[in-house]
Amino acid sequence: MRVAHEMHDGYYVNLGIGIPTLVANYIPDGMQVMMQSENGLLGMGPFPTDDKVDADMINAGKQTVTAVTGASIFSSAESFAMIRGGHVDLTVLGAFEVDAEGNIASWMIPKKLVKGMGGAMDLVAGADNIIVTMTHASKHGDSKLLPKCTLPLTGAGCIKKVVTNLAYIEIADNKFWLKERAPGVSVDEIVEKTAGEMVVPDHVPEMVF
Amino acid sequence: MSGFDKVVNSYEEALAGLADGMTLLAGGFGLCGIPEGLIAQIKKSGVKNLTVVSNNAGVDDFGLGLLLQDRQVKKMVSSYVGENALFEKQVLEGELEIELTPQGTLAEKMRAGGAGIPAFYTATGYGTPVGEGKEEREFNGRMYILEESISGDFAIVKGWKADRYGNVVYRHTAQNFNPSVATAGRVTVVEVEEIVEPGELDPMHIHTPGIYVDRLIQGTFEKRIEQRTVREA
Repeated sequence: MRVAHEMHDGYYVNLGIGIPTLVANYIPDGMQVMMQSENGLLGMGPFPTDDKVDADMINAGKQTVTAVTGASIFSSAESFAMIRGGHVDLTVLGAFEVDAEGNIASWMIPKKLVKGMGGAMDLVAGADNIIVTMTHASKHGDSKLLPKCTLPLTGAGCIKKVVTNLAYIEIADNKFWLKERAPGVSVDEIVEKTAGEMVVPDHVPEMVF
Repeated sequence: MSGFDKVVNSYEEALAGLADGMTLLAGGFGLCGIPEGLIAQIKKSGVKNLTVVSNNAGVDDFGLGLLLQDRQVKKMVSSYVGENALFEKQVLEGELEIELTPQGTLAEKMRAGGAGIPAFYTATGYGTPVGEGKEEREFNGRMYILEESISGDFAIVKGWKADRYGNVVYRHTAQNFNPSVATAGRVTVVEVEEIVEPGELDPMHIHTPGIYVDRLIQGTFEKRIEQRTVREA
């Protein structure tokens, strides 16, 4: 998975709830990365074996987990101090929409019941290095990479990198910059499914995993 | 009770003074680290029109969800309330008010409330619906919003062990919001799995010093798991 390339040895990483947690399975052998879970765990390990399940040991998705050797546990206030204070090296989270100004919408669809933003607003406000992972377009084919987000925002002007099922794109100067395409995906398809203004170089390399 | 001994012997005594219309702060993340016996007592007491500040609202038949069954809650201040169908129903019917607050802002509001800080600036929520109507200010080229702190009439907390003086230790991620909640209650009530004598806990390892704790009770806990996820042995 492309996102794993953004991880470096010694990184503290927060993976948002949902699809992006798949990223943990793709960390290269020999690289040490500590996963931060915003309910108060730095050094989240894999799910426990059945006999080790502990109701007091969960992640931010409320799943039972373990702690790795060298982990630490702390309060929610401390957890968000490290997030808001910019101490987490990389944040990966999902979104409904991202726009060319770096705005992100990920928590609220008007007229549908709102369940809450959880820690997403704190994560996007606090992190310098954020990667959004999402599908490039909706099931109906509508682009999620827009000139301007249509849904209520989670954060303003904070997103610089987006990885979709089709491409790796960076955001700067109110434009999308196409950097890499997924294997077998044509530049034409990416352009067609990107509603916001996108800069396309002459050569767009395929992602390497 | 005498001196620094905070131990009470009944749940009635633990929550004496909790009345209609009060603000209640509750520790816990999902169903992890929630004061189960104190919530049960609040349900039993029938107290109404509560404003409850808690990261989540429990599930239909457990945790703070129990207080929704008899419509004891007027307003919830939470960051995520997705696991509770009864909650959704009461919000849609206009019986329950919800103030959604970013999780880190919610934790900091209570930390600040307990520390005597009335408000703080944060970048979280700037430019979003959360920032609407709030004071904005620029520091070092970045925009922030002013968030007011939270304190409550009562705070209910779940600890692992405490000594009689109310020095509390939490277990694993059952810590979560509990230490911040403990600081921000006018009356702070802590429910623990085990009460020990002063001196049995190492002073270096105390999470919540007894000065924040008014009443302490030993409970028994179901510790329900929301998402039991396991791997092969």
